[in-house]
Amino acid sequence: MKNFKRITLLCGHYGSGKTNVVVNMALMLKKQRDRVAIADLDIVNPYFRTKDSSGEFEDNGIRLICSEFANSNVDIPALPQDMYAITDDRELSVIIDVGGDDRGALALGRLAPQIIDENDYEMLMVINCYRPLTRDAESTIEVMREIEYASRMKFTGIVNNSNLGDATTPDDVLSSVSYANEVSKLSDLPIVCTTVEEKLYNDLCDKIEDLLPLSLQARPV
Amino acid sequence: MADKVLMKGNEAIAEAAILAGCKHYFGYPITPQTEIAAYMAKKMPKIGGCFLQAESEIAAINMVYGVASTGKRVMTSSSSPGISLKGEGLSYMAGSDLPCLVVNVQRGGPGLGGIQPSQSDYFQATKGGAHGDFRMIVLAPASVQEMAQLTVKGFELADKYRMTSMILADGTMGQMMEPVELDFEVKERPETPWATTGTKMEREHNIVNSLSLVAEELEKLNFERFERYKAVEENEAMYEEYMTEDADIIVAAFGIASRVSKNAINEARKQGIKVGLIRPITLWPFPKAPFEKAALTAKAFISVELSMGQMIEDVKLATGCKVPVTLCNRAGGMIPTPEQVLGAIIEAEKNGGAE
Repeated sequence: MKNFKRITLLCGHYGSGKTNVVVNMALMLKKQRDRVAIADLDIVNPYFRTKDSSGEFEDNGIRLICSEFANSNVDIPALPQDMYAITDDRELSVIIDVGGDDRGALALGRLAPQIIDENDYEMLMVINCYRPLTRDAESTIEVMREIEYASRMKFTGIVNNSNLGDATTPDDVLSSVSYANEVSKLSDLPIVCTTVEEKLYNDLCDKIEDLLPLSLQARPV
Repeated sequence: MADKVLMKGNEAIAEAAILAGCKHYFGYPITPQTEIAAYMAKKMPKIGGCFLQAESEIAAINMVYGVASTGKRVMTSSSSPGISLKGEGLSYMAGSDLPCLVVNVQRGGPGLGGIQPSQSDYFQATKGGAHGDFRMIVLAPASVQEMAQLTVKGFELADKYRMTSMILADGTMGQMMEPVELDFEVKERPETPWATTGTKMEREHNIVNSLSLVAEELEKLNFERFERYKAVEENEAMYEEYMTEDADIIVAAFGIASRVSKNAINEARKQGIKVGLIRPITLWPFPKAPFEKAALTAKAFISVELSMGQMIEDVKLATGCKVPVTLCNRAGGMIPTPEQVLGAIIEAEKNGGAE
């Protein structure tokens, strides 16, 4: 990924692999920019969140903007207190983890006017055709429209992160390309990249355009 | 697209329930099982079914009671504290001999506890779970694929024996994502001549009720019900055996604990320790036969649990206390590591069966 905008928003149905893409993109961005932050606006899912990797971000000098109370006894759906740094501090490059589906995207609406006003952002939809509620292009477009409606912002691109977890084969990724193209055609949005786990990268890099290798975050047992 | 779908365990339960012909879901959100309700909320309207978020768990289980009385497949789901709230309804369902599916994606307790995985509702699920003499069929999945399969099985057994089937999963099972194939067969449902569907003036009216004030009659109902439970015990116990043929040490574990245990067993085998696993798939009826058999040759048993030690009592009963049974556990939302289980195996090997 080159040409990052100041703000990159990543949305997706929960389970699309969005948070993993967020973490990887932030590490990439840090190699290009001095001041980088991840903002976790995902107030819906208390089980998997960027806070789990906070040690890794600190080691890499990436600032984490997330609810101070995540993973604690007052883990209520609260937004981070330093959330406004995203829009106020224009020297900061930010990757935003927007909450899963339309409910999670509601929280983004609060920042939408400032982000649109500054106009230095990309809003990307992370898609996975192996997830039950986004199995085809039509149902994926439906989820995208719901997120746009809730967040009051429009998508600018697509990240094809189609995968079956640990069991993903190169063929699984290859056969998702036509799905991603269909989503791209129906939404009139470009496919910014297709993401694969590092170990599959060599098998696929000359077969898929704009292929991006991801390292996986730790999973529970 | 391909047949494989990447699903959370919770989603697999919801989708399998729909495939099994369940068109009625009533529930109240609680972590870590809320995806079941969220999935049903999305899907039920599309298939002409009913999703209803009740005002409480107590309301939800009573709605289940109502639909079950009409002979339709119906379910609810919750996590530990929510299941306690449903207790009264579970007892009434048993007293009225109604089939239904209840899902418990367990979290650490007691009380409000936490939201991380646990198996500490084993007693509650297998020993009754509320007042009165009754049983529930308790199914313990150990993969996302099994979350789906046992959901279908649960409905089938509930209908066959006119009783509640409970899926006893845990937070890990509910939240983890694995590829699933959903092309299994669903058996035809048995007739429900007892259901309250309207007499059309063509038959005697049916009564669904758990009140019975004449002691002699209530006793008779209890004895008849336990005849059915006996049939369940004789016919429906399910389990998996892993490397037990030559095993000196037997690990007993279900659900997520069995996956951790398999890793530890593979490592112990590399070190030359003869160890195997018995994984109960039905927790009630508890699969006594493989334990009775293993107790004849094994020198020690280890019960691996995400609780302070609950299934261990059934392991001791099934093995007739012939050989020592030790506990290897974590509690409160923590999960034993393969290293911890391996340590317990090495310890049992060293002690040669002495407790």
